[in-house]
Amino acid sequence: MSTTLPLSGAAEATGFATGNHRPGELRSCDTTGLPVCLNAQWFIRINAVMAVVFLLVGGIASILLALTRAPTIHLLSAEWYYRVLTLHGLNMLIFWILFLEVAILYFTATSLLNSRLASKGVAWASFGQMLVGALMVNAMILTGNSDVLMTSYVPLKGHPLFYLGIILVATGTLTGVGNFFATLYVAKRDRTYNGSVPLVVFGATAAAIIAVVTLLHGAIVMIPTFLWSMGILETIDAAWYRLIWWGLGHQSQQVNVCAMVSVWYLLATITTGAKPINQAVCRAAFVLYVLFINIASAHHLLVDPGVGAGWKIWNTSYAMYLAVLASMIHGFTVPASVEVAMRKKGHTNGLFGWLFAAPWSNPGFSAFFMSLVIFGFLGGITGVTLGTQQINIIAHNTLRIPGHFHTTVVGGTTLAFMGLTYYVVPLLFQKEFYARALCRIQPYVFAGGVTLMAVAMTFAGSYGVPRRHWDVEFAGAQVSAGFDASAHLWLGLMGVGGTIAFVGLLMFILLVVSAVFFGKSNAGRAMTAW
Amino acid sequence: MSIHVPAADWFKAPTGGERTWIGLALAWCVVLSVAMPYWHLRGKQNSTGEAYAVEPMKFSERVEAFVASNKVGEENGVPVVQPAPGGDAYLLAQMWRWYPILKLKQGQSYRVHLSSLDLQHGFSLQPMNMNFQVLPGYDHVLTLTPTSSGSFTIICNEFCGIGHHLMTGRVIVEP
Repeated sequence: MSTTLPLSGAAEATGFATGNHRPGELRSCDTTGLPVCLNAQWFIRINAVMAVVFLLVGGIASILLALTRAPTIHLLSAEWYYRVLTLHGLNMLIFWILFLEVAILYFTATSLLNSRLASKGVAWASFGQMLVGALMVNAMILTGNSDVLMTSYVPLKGHPLFYLGIILVATGTLTGVGNFFATLYVAKRDRTYNGSVPLVVFGATAAAIIAVVTLLHGAIVMIPTFLWSMGILETIDAAWYRLIWWGLGHQSQQVNVCAMVSVWYLLATITTGAKPINQAVCRAAFVLYVLFINIASAHHLLVDPGVGAGWKIWNTSYAMYLAVLASMIHGFTVPASVEVAMRKKGHTNGLFGWLFAAPWSNPGFSAFFMSLVIFGFLGGITGVTLGTQQINIIAHNTLRIPGHFHTTVVGGTTLAFMGLTYYVVPLLFQKEFYARALCRIQPYVFAGGVTLMAVAMTFAGSYGVPRRHWDVEFAGAQVSAGFDASAHLWLGLMGVGGTIAFVGLLMFILLVVSAVFFGKSNAGRAMTAW
Repeated sequence: MSIHVPAADWFKAPTGGERTWIGLALAWCVVLSVAMPYWHLRGKQNSTGEAYAVEPMKFSERVEAFVASNKVGEENGVPVVQPAPGGDAYLLAQMWRWYPILKLKQGQSYRVHLSSLDLQHGFSLQPMNMNFQVLPGYDHVLTLTPTSSGSFTIICNEFCGIGHHLMTGRVIVEP
């Protein structure tokens, strides 16, 4: 299927002045003509490899969880269910995504600005902290020392090394983000480009700014919690913990949204030649994320004691809807830019002719576009619904919540990042994929599985079925309880969806690993077009 | 293109379909923003978040006093307690039970005090599906008026350790 690569004359179009690379640290991409800083390329590679390793760990955890909550199988013991759930949340939501985001930041600041990476040493310091932290966390979970779930709500107590590991991952990420900002500075100082930064760099910068605020929340909440776990502090207030923790927990998801939307713009351009209609609109939408999303974290406390109704209403209505506005704008501008590009190529048949003619067999495109649809329609709509004060009363801590965030973070962010990988491997690892037919269907398998699973979770949750719960039969409880048979049907479908998604995930990992380690090199020539 | 430096005149007002869409989206966001406080005042099921600081042990003593003076029976060893209509009722969350069983009258209002002795718990009333977060150190007061009679189960929907799935309780509403 056709792609618009190579982006002919890219070097002129970027308005590049002379780069600032040191001798031997630069190559020109054989496909796109974009400059590649070899230092940045190295760190993009190792961060991406670690990201995929943690994706595999989280993925193995996910199939075990799906098969435990599917009522007829009920695979794990209670002890291991909560342990694996802790492992799943941290590896998927934190490690996989953060490692890949650092790689994305390095790419945007160097290749798209024609700059060198500011510091190799800082990049090592970032990678080292993140890796040691992530390994510490996983070791503490798997040895049974920290069955506290991802949120580790106090006074539930984990091992001090668990909290220290999270702090290291956070400081490591912050170090990497600092390297990104330093690279922006160096590029500006050395005048490696003329004019405003490209839109994708702007979006990545918005993500980086939110990441700084997010990680500061993480430091504020995790450092005292670490001291408390060692017995130095006596108590941590449960409501205080939730308030600050969600400044980390929800805002980090907004980092993902910003990074994902930037990847949408990137993939739209690479796969269809799309051009944003009005860059001022797209950039303003990113600014809305930066300004308002933190306050929107308040919706996690809608049924909490300790914060009043006025506080809840102000933060979740005024601020959250301005962040929602930003997503609604991107939800228009991204597909609109694809439509304009496709129509220009002559696909003008009817209202949706451009969409049918889109490069659906290019996994970069299909993953990007399905990510857009799943995130926008399923994730966005459920998110806004659940953030309503009254609806939150019937949804809080039920399976509707993970039903929502699996469509945003998995069907949205992870799927978009998978689509990106179909270009990262040939362009930055300079390796070709094997089994290209499987590559083409992988996004569909994954997206289909995740969608079925998330929809089933949502319906099960609407019957009141709790999230993070080992046995909804409540066998052995002093007062008997249970759920409608139809709730069990949805739990079964959730198991089916989860299994399909796992197959899609495994396909992805096998395809990527075989390409990266055993793929044919394409150095010196353009990548094989998707 | 979005990966290239934009043309120098990129900063301009939206036009055409994009402008219409932004207008519609903004209008919809305003509607939602207004609906949130409006429904808090007009709707019948809202959480005000009324809460007071309380030592877990002090709260437990209040629960015991409440049980001792209002107990009307027992079910599987769990006391069944009937508070005075319009009065205060207490519900204690602890690993891994809801204590005691409350017996309420349909159509009467109660101030239900909810708190935890140990970890965070999730008050989840089934099958009507009503959920609140329960924190140690906070006396969360829910003003409740049961509108239907019958037997309702309380489950826990915040992870509270290995016996989380065993944590159940009951509210009985008499017509």
